[in-house]
Amino acid sequence: MPMNTQGRPTRMADNIATGGYAETTSGSKGLDQAEALIYERGTVEQTGVDLPEPSGRATRLGGLERQSELDMPGLSEPETMRHYVRLSRKNYAIDLGLYPLGSCTMKHNPRLNEKMARLPGFADVHPMQPAATVQGAYQVIGELAHWLMTLTGMPGVAMSPKAGAHGEFCGMMAIRAKLDADGQTHRRRVLVPESAHGTNPATAVQCGFTVDEIPADETGRVDMEAFKAKLGDDVAGIMLTNPNTCGLFERDIREIADLIHESGGYFYCDGANFNAIVGRVRPGDLGVDAMHINLHKTFSTPHGGGGPGSGPTVLSDALADFAPVPYVVQRGDDWELVEHEADAQGDPFGRMAAFHGQMGMFTRALTYMMSHGSDGLRQVAEDAVLNANYIQARLKHVMTPAFDGVCMHEALFDDRFLKDTGVTTLDFAKAMIDEGYHPMTMYFPLVVHGAMLIEPTETESKGGLDRFIETLEALALAANAGQTERFQAAPIHAPTKRLDETRAARQPVLRWTASNEPEMEAAE
Amino acid sequence: MRYLPHTDTDRAAMLDAIGVASIDDLFTDVPEAARLDGLIDLPEKQGELQVERAMAAMAGRNVSASSVPFFVGAGAYKHHIPSTVDHLIQRSEFLTAYTPYQPEISQGTLQTLFEFQTQVAQLTGMDVANASMYDGSTACAEAVMMAARVTRRMKAVMSGSVHPHYVEASKTLAKYSDVEIEVTSPELSSVDNVLAAIDEGTACVVVQTPDVFGNLHDLRRISDAAHAAGALVIAVFTEAVSLGLVEAPGAMGADIAVGEGQSIGVGLNFGGPYVGLFACKDDRRFIRQMPGRLAGETVDADGRRGFVLTLSTREQHIRRDKATSNICTNSGLCALAWTVHMTLLGEKGLKQLARINHETACALADALAAIDGVDVLNSSFFNEFAVRLPKNADDVVNQLAKVGVLGGVPASRLYPGQFEDILLVTATETNTADDIAIFAKALGGLI
Repeated sequence: MPMNTQGRPTRMADNIATGGYAETTSGSKGLDQAEALIYERGTVEQTGVDLPEPSGRATRLGGLERQSELDMPGLSEPETMRHYVRLSRKNYAIDLGLYPLGSCTMKHNPRLNEKMARLPGFADVHPMQPAATVQGAYQVIGELAHWLMTLTGMPGVAMSPKAGAHGEFCGMMAIRAKLDADGQTHRRRVLVPESAHGTNPATAVQCGFTVDEIPADETGRVDMEAFKAKLGDDVAGIMLTNPNTCGLFERDIREIADLIHESGGYFYCDGANFNAIVGRVRPGDLGVDAMHINLHKTFSTPHGGGGPGSGPTVLSDALADFAPVPYVVQRGDDWELVEHEADAQGDPFGRMAAFHGQMGMFTRALTYMMSHGSDGLRQVAEDAVLNANYIQARLKHVMTPAFDGVCMHEALFDDRFLKDTGVTTLDFAKAMIDEGYHPMTMYFPLVVHGAMLIEPTETESKGGLDRFIETLEALALAANAGQTERFQAAPIHAPTKRLDETRAARQPVLRWTASNEPEMEAAE
Repeated sequence: MRYLPHTDTDRAAMLDAIGVASIDDLFTDVPEAARLDGLIDLPEKQGELQVERAMAAMAGRNVSASSVPFFVGAGAYKHHIPSTVDHLIQRSEFLTAYTPYQPEISQGTLQTLFEFQTQVAQLTGMDVANASMYDGSTACAEAVMMAARVTRRMKAVMSGSVHPHYVEASKTLAKYSDVEIEVTSPELSSVDNVLAAIDEGTACVVVQTPDVFGNLHDLRRISDAAHAAGALVIAVFTEAVSLGLVEAPGAMGADIAVGEGQSIGVGLNFGGPYVGLFACKDDRRFIRQMPGRLAGETVDADGRRGFVLTLSTREQHIRRDKATSNICTNSGLCALAWTVHMTLLGEKGLKQLARINHETACALADALAAIDGVDVLNSSFFNEFAVRLPKNADDVVNQLAKVGVLGGVPASRLYPGQFEDILLVTATETNTADDIAIFAKALGGLI
């Protein structure tokens, strides 16, 4: 078997001798097709598009015609189709099965959303067309803004953030701008629960704040005594997720909001878990000053293998003045875009990105909202919470819920039920893969040991949940019955076995190169 | 409701298994004053037919680019996307897949990202690229912050002919950091005014080529000056197809190349979602400070090649308040669309496409220059250039729209109060000779 100097096999087809996945000559197994890189398939002479011949007229490139090589292969259309269809079959997906990922809200992605987003009047319009030619586009933004403000009970919204973390940045920038405008420039400390998603502290730092962590109490909620002790006149605010990342509603949220406000700070709410309360609770009624909403979570826009997302951020009266440009306003029957700070009513903290926001996600989310209506959305939250509690109730005799009592839309377990089995949370998760399930969120939130956070969402049927529960029950029993090898070897049924992530970080190979050698050494 | 599988029987059985009487018993932690008993004041649920009608009515109020002669650019470009692309990105396994954190069941996503990263690096003439940013403007902003981290200097010099949205996004990201951004004044032909601003405190020089006015710039002189002072060069582009014909940033001394990938695979979409391209040199300092996700090659327990997300210690979910960026979700499906389109093109198709774009723009330039009173200002361009009109360009654009021509973007829309007689126009492979003739005639009629 040819290997490089690191002892790594250099071609898939030569792994035949290992006796692993590639037990066949071709490396494929039935419907599961082995598929190499385009660089190993195509050539630079091939192309899968038919374009007219250039006329060969003189260029006006100022002597800057490209001299450097591209070395990019092409593939014909049939080969392209096969390449990506084969690769697609190596992916788990919502359309295939349940993703019990806590705080990701992996609900069904309705296909009507896709159809509406592709209407030429939405897909084939340029953001810089004159306003008279894009009134319907501005209207979509305005309608969606209205739904978001009404659902959250907030008077303002910034539509331009391009993802949840970008929305966090928007909200925290508004808070920083407000504080500075009021001369409160000594307020640079932001309180963040230990259970917070990593984007929260990362965002706070981007806005020039320092992060002060608040521990959780024994119920998994903000430790109120610790929180109160951290209040002070240098506090800019708090970043809270509600329901929190343990899947629990912060009972003391009104008191937290009041205390933060009284001490001169502002309340940022991470809206990742809005699916638990949409239609039943309005964050504006809880004292929130800014909250981002993940359209790709609560409002079903597809995850697409890692985006695109959209993170519109609702704002209180105190902060709405500082909302970024651009935004749409309605004057009579016409919509206008305010895109320059000088033309804005308030005092925008700036522009966050080019153009006007993730329009493709707006059309999908608005389609989803209109389909559900206020009654359907309320049912969404109820079924989401029902489903998570059903899982918790039916598994608590074999797995260990991290906290007592009911949960909201996600159920948190820890690894106490695996104690002394030799099976870790990671092993348990990999065994789930063999059972045909994407693992739940692992090792998050950090406040619980070996965390397993399960969020089924409302689009799981009872039958589907029952099958999932029965599988986890069997796995938990198997772990405790000493079947350690099964877990440690898992997965064995996936397209690959466990992948060496340590090696990937130590010897990063971040692209294909002709030499097939590792691209760069990483000294540690 | 069609997306909610439970029947009332299901719900009753589940409540029973949980041991509560009603769903309200699961919401008892909500403060009473905040509990909503009734429905929020919004329309109630609707079937597909009604929703389609409502959305189509809004879509119908917009003039789509394909329906009229169309010459709008200024950071987003109309190109033809092969039908294979949209078909593939709608496959369930790509559309409804999550971020590839469980690599064993995400090799589809991870391998396509690895290929994407390679293509982006090749296109830009750089060594390494990430798995995408939100868009070109935020990629530019993140590049500025990365340069500050790498050089440990706090001054960034941005050319005034970088797309103003990119400048503004960069200023916003840097606003409450120690990084100061100096923007030189935008000039219609040269970017050399950045040279005077480079000194020993400069972290980076940011220059766009083709710039916002469409001019092409040789970055080598600026690179030499920047590197002599210990500063990094960040090259920006908004039209990715240009790199099929124009010299790559990596060949002109760029340390980081960032830009908008929308031209390839993604479509206009009224401004988003797009796909930010981010590439840099193969330097350990750079790789460790790069924002965004990275797909890397490795092996599995059987020695078989596979791909994983790697170098995650840069990222927010591991490093939290010490992360290189707060970015989490990026632009995965748009990156897939990009890489599918690029694979269909191959370098042969890309070069041909780029050449057709340039030739069409040359034909447009000739047609417009032939109009009395209209001057084409660029001595060099790829597919976008600036014309000077004898009238206010914003008025002209609105009047052109009334006669059914989308004739470019007034420069004053990007630079309020400046360049009021300058119009930015773009031609791509989607423009026919008829389109150009109609535009020229309409414009001539208005002057």
